[in-house]
Amino acid sequence: MYTVDYSKPQEPRAVQAEDDARLAAFDARVAADDFIEPKDWMPEAYRKTLIRQISQHAHSEVVGMLPEGNWLTRAPSLRRKAILLAKIQDEGGHGLYLYSAAETLGVCREELVEALHAGRAKYSTIFNYPTINWADIGAIGWLVDGAAIMNQVALQRTSYGPYARAMVRICKEESFHQRQGYEAMLVLANGTAAQKRMAQDALNRWWWPSLMMFGPPDDNSPNSAQSIRWRIKRETNDELRQRFIDATVPQAEALGLSIPDPALKWNQATQHYEFGPLDWEEFYAVVRGEGAVAKERLQARVDAWENNAWVREAALAHAQKQATKQAA
Amino acid sequence: MKNITPIWEVFVRAKNGLSHRHVGSVHAADASSAVEAARDVYTRRMEGVSLWVVPSNAITASDPGDAAALFAPAEDKIYRHPTFYTVPDNVKHI
Repeated sequence: MYTVDYSKPQEPRAVQAEDDARLAAFDARVAADDFIEPKDWMPEAYRKTLIRQISQHAHSEVVGMLPEGNWLTRAPSLRRKAILLAKIQDEGGHGLYLYSAAETLGVCREELVEALHAGRAKYSTIFNYPTINWADIGAIGWLVDGAAIMNQVALQRTSYGPYARAMVRICKEESFHQRQGYEAMLVLANGTAAQKRMAQDALNRWWWPSLMMFGPPDDNSPNSAQSIRWRIKRETNDELRQRFIDATVPQAEALGLSIPDPALKWNQATQHYEFGPLDWEEFYAVVRGEGAVAKERLQARVDAWENNAWVREAALAHAQKQATKQAA
Repeated sequence: MKNITPIWEVFVRAKNGLSHRHVGSVHAADASSAVEAARDVYTRRMEGVSLWVVPSNAITASDPGDAAALFAPAEDKIYRHPTFYTVPDNVKHI
């Protein structure tokens, strides 16, 4: 899974106050494709941008477990149940790798989680849509993870070392996520008429939100230019979105399903698909927390955190007691 | 025995972008001496750009006797690998 940066751009003042020579050296290193590591000097705005982006990414992994968890007990076979459980388990691990990468920048996981629960931190808009039939699980693996992989492959070369290494590990593990989703769609698309309708219905609902996962268009993406300069982002939202569409349309054709975009057509000259306008009003509404199940998602996270607090407290109390015993 | 010099495990980052990797250990009285010793022992030929030293007794290792219980359960979860899934040959980029 993945996230884009929805926040307002940083004030440039903080950067100006910093040592110009160190800043120049930093910019040169980044421009030369060197990796920045935790103990290296870095501009404060670079650190803040990374904390925001990596924590949003981590939150997305964790919240992303919820729509799939909805189908865990109702997966149509033991095979599908085991696969879905393994995938959800991976997403939890991905959240952990990302929180760890953020912690190398001097924040602690508790404060990041608190920012999510208080509604100050964002996560990917895609998870504020409901999973209403089994085909949605196939569509999520195929489209949502497909879009995430498109973005994460590029992030393996992001300039911050711990983030890049987390991405390498995540990409390696995610390679099965998209394939299991596509395979589930293939079974439905070749099944009964009702199953095929389910698959088409899922594609109809997940297509546009998946395209929005790449974030706003480049001319309306306030943080993109600086993030590209710092090589936090390696490719723009529109470049990645186009690549995803070009890769995915033939996959839909192979399923015998149709993309819900009447304007979609192959352009022989550019060797890319042209596509219809995205409903950015809907996107910004979901960013603001007006998604169909936004409140439910956040509440599920807060409940999990609060209802399990006693487990964390008991574990710490036990460890303290053992340490005291040993010291005595 | 008294006055034994503690052991430190040494990790070297070969270059930025790679993680620190365990290379061996040194004996040293304190952390900063351990870094110096590690520098002298393990990076004489430009093997790295960064060092970590960790007190050996701070590492908790899994018991080799538990290896089967810990790691064998992953063996039959072949569905965690992309090759488990059949995707038609004409479908690309997946």
